[in-house]
Amino acid sequence: MRFELAGISQGVPVSCRHALIVLMALALGGQVWAAPPPSVHGGGATFPFPLYAKWAYLYKAKTGLALNYLSIGSGGGLEQLRAKTVDFGASEFPLPDRQLEAQGLLQFPMVVGAVVVGMNLPGVPSGELKLTADVLARIYLGEVTTWNDRMIRDINPGLRLPDLPITVIHRADGSGTTWLFTQYLTRSYPAWGKTVGAGPSVSWPAGAGGKGNEGVASYIKTIPGALGYLEATYAIQNTLATASLRNRDGQFVTPSPAAFEAAEKQADWSAPVGDGTFLLDLPGPATWPIVGASYILIYKNQPDAAKAKSLLDFLDWCLSEGRGVAKELGYVPLPDGAVQRNRAAWTATIKSGGNPVWPKVANSEGKS
Amino acid sequence: MTSPDSRPAPGPEAEAGFRLRRGPQSQTGDKIFKGATTFFALVVLALIASICVVLYVKGHLAVSTFGLKFLWNTAWDPVKEDFGALPSIYGTVVSSLLAILIATPISIGIAVFLTEMAPPWLKRPVGLGVEMLAAVPSIIYGMWGLFIFAPIMARTVQPWLKAHLGALPLFQGPPMGIGMMTAAIILAIMIIPFIASVARDVFSLVPAMSKESAYGLGATTWEVIRGVVIPHTRSGLVGAIFLGLGRALGETMAVTFVIGNAHKISPSLLSASNTIASTLANEFSEATTPIYTSSLIELGLILFLITTTILALAKFMLWRIAAQVKGADR
Amino acid sequence: MSRPRGEGGRFLRRKFVNIAMLILSGASAIFGLFWLFWILGTLVWRGVPALNWAFFTQLPTPPGMAGGGLANAIVGTLFITLVATVIGVPVGLLAGTYLAEFGRQTALGRTVRFVADVMTSAPSIVVGVFVYAILVQPFHGFSGLAGAVALAIIMIPVVVRTTEEMLKLVPNSLREAALALGAPYWKVVMRVCYRRVFGGLTTGILLAIARVSGETAPLLFTSLNSPYWSADLTKPMGTLNVTLFNYAMSPYDDWRAKAWAAALLITMGVLCTTVVARVVVSKTQIGRS
Repeated sequence: MRFELAGISQGVPVSCRHALIVLMALALGGQVWAAPPPSVHGGGATFPFPLYAKWAYLYKAKTGLALNYLSIGSGGGLEQLRAKTVDFGASEFPLPDRQLEAQGLLQFPMVVGAVVVGMNLPGVPSGELKLTADVLARIYLGEVTTWNDRMIRDINPGLRLPDLPITVIHRADGSGTTWLFTQYLTRSYPAWGKTVGAGPSVSWPAGAGGKGNEGVASYIKTIPGALGYLEATYAIQNTLATASLRNRDGQFVTPSPAAFEAAEKQADWSAPVGDGTFLLDLPGPATWPIVGASYILIYKNQPDAAKAKSLLDFLDWCLSEGRGVAKELGYVPLPDGAVQRNRAAWTATIKSGGNPVWPKVANSEGKS
Repeated sequence: MTSPDSRPAPGPEAEAGFRLRRGPQSQTGDKIFKGATTFFALVVLALIASICVVLYVKGHLAVSTFGLKFLWNTAWDPVKEDFGALPSIYGTVVSSLLAILIATPISIGIAVFLTEMAPPWLKRPVGLGVEMLAAVPSIIYGMWGLFIFAPIMARTVQPWLKAHLGALPLFQGPPMGIGMMTAAIILAIMIIPFIASVARDVFSLVPAMSKESAYGLGATTWEVIRGVVIPHTRSGLVGAIFLGLGRALGETMAVTFVIGNAHKISPSLLSASNTIASTLANEFSEATTPIYTSSLIELGLILFLITTTILALAKFMLWRIAAQVKGADR
Repeated sequence: MSRPRGEGGRFLRRKFVNIAMLILSGASAIFGLFWLFWILGTLVWRGVPALNWAFFTQLPTPPGMAGGGLANAIVGTLFITLVATVIGVPVGLLAGTYLAEFGRQTALGRTVRFVADVMTSAPSIVVGVFVYAILVQPFHGFSGLAGAVALAIIMIPVVVRTTEEMLKLVPNSLREAALALGAPYWKVVMRVCYRRVFGGLTTGILLAIARVSGETAPLLFTSLNSPYWSADLTKPMGTLNVTLFNYAMSPYDDWRAKAWAAALLITMGVLCTTVVARVVVSKTQIGRS
């Protein structure tokens, strides 16, 4: 910027300068006096963010532990965990065992959620529109471009579809949600796997990218004719219309906690996580096809024992007393068997200076 | 504009004559003072140098992996780890050029208004208003663009364009509201005050004598502007435009909200796109692999080099017109 | 004076063109101001309803839960801006002093002046990436300090240039008079020059502060964000700008409303500072027609 300034003797009015100084002093004082800063930082997927944020909020009211979860995408969480700028990472995209070994990480599931297809189609109420995996893949490949395309009409006889172009929304950032969705598309429509593939971040042939699940929901909400994939909670919380998907049994299912639970109940939680797709496309008449678990990653070797213990206490609380909150928000809490396995893993593997951090003896009472 | 004294400041060298009468303390004081100020001047240089160095070092992995191919590779595939800068560069350059196209006539119009046409009582408030436009933070432009402007584009302007000019490749694709066109318009609004204020300063450099001579010959105000002011300040105007261009190229927040975030090169103005700045804003904190991060940093380096070059050119042109005026005055 | 024959029509046409151009240039000015009023109007219309006592005093609530406020973000912004000012202003001030006092004709002076001019318009996101590379990655943590440093880097060139411009306006006769009285040079600068243009310097600094308090991109990967109070510069700190970015991109109505309120707050702060600085400046300006 260019300035034509002349010599001034008074300049800014005195009162203004004083006000500014007072304001700055207040800011400084307020900060110093205020409550202690967050003790635990986590970062990662936007998929479980509403839940983690609510859990952290309630837990803070209960115990005073301030946990700051940074919703920056699965990729971001992993990256920040690697750079050790956060204490735990969160992702729906589980890392393979050898990578976990190499980096010294423990990975465990925390909650189950689902990916739904949100849309903004004026005149078509939620749940009315039916889609199949291959039509969905074709839409995302840019082959099906209008809502009243023949392929969509064929599966929706009797539904009046407007001649509106489909605005495809995907993710602009690295995401476990994307990974789940593209995994689903890959196994259901081979051409997708050949051209685009699956991953937390892919080369999208069509559409616009939203930042985080929030960005996708935001775009769907504002653009008529938009269609996008996002985590179920975001669709519920923002009253987005959703589409029904055809599941493995050939039935068209509308997304609902019961449909997600149908998948969760069938999965074998005692088996190793593998590539994490064990909840996708499971059989059953009322099973939702795109279900996934959200994982948390922590370093096995913790430098700060107290901090590690507070974190594990928090996670334990979430898995036990926080189950109601998860249900409320549209997630599916982990089954008991999986919770027990988590606790056993914590005791066995999380160590600080060689000593286990979380000796789970009988009850979790009396821990601070 | 008062011309500052171009003679060198007296400085400690001028004290030579007084040195005998001064004690050693004042000499040390002066040495420290000169040293401190020189040091911080060097800090400024060190800053720009370190930015370049750090960006290059961190981007080296991408540079060595992809080489020059990075610049024209159109892929941006984190799965296959194939990264190319072309879509982002394309988005950056096209959105900025479109913005300049829209903003230049308006900015020059505003500058003309403020220097030649406006009555004195109107000059100050209008001038202040234009500068307030510059002061509005860019994230506000982005937010306003996404929530207020983009829906209007999606509902009225873009469908109209598609209905009447839809055959052109410029208007293909769904009218999303977000995309290249909206981003370019928002950028244009953002850079109008910058170009306008520099143009205004440049116009005021025209010697009154030249203008008065033209008026004396019976020229109208517009003819004076077209025939005297603009030719006289051509270099400065180009400098102002380059300044606006430099600004537009580096703009992040206003663009990230409305550009649609798609790594694609498309001739359609309605399509979603990406600029280097919006790519960085969206993807930097979560690049999962070292090559991904390195490619992003290389993008940042490219952006930095492009904007620095454009801004340097702008400065050069503005310096040239200032020198021209000084020369003409003599 | 009689006009040559055939000139009558041409004269009218010239007059017409002149008026047409006047109208066009006036229209450009109106066009520019139109956007300003529209944006400010939207901010007020959307932002004011969300401004309440809770907004200024409470901490954020999780998504989907109504209520809460952005108190920590407001204070965080002030705090980070304060630290950025403390870092950036002395550097800029002294570098600008070098340019005006010692470096008017030197090669170093010319280079620094050029670099500072170029850096005033440098892309702020690149500065954010740079500070991430030097302050966040090596120390394994996002921090308010990194954010403040990023803002300081953006501030420095602005302060350098305004300081130089202001000091150059102090007449040399003043300096020579002070020197003649036996003052050491550093006293001449600090006691005489600075004092003489103190108002202008403050104005320049205020404008630089206004400029950086509106910046978001450099804070995205340096100070990140936090929903809690924090005085710890070594940890992420909530700022109004980044919170605005997150909230605006979100689909929650409650968050979006708060985003508008935050936008209103930031814009008002920046505009008031700018207007105050400029109005005071132009009141005592010499030479502007």
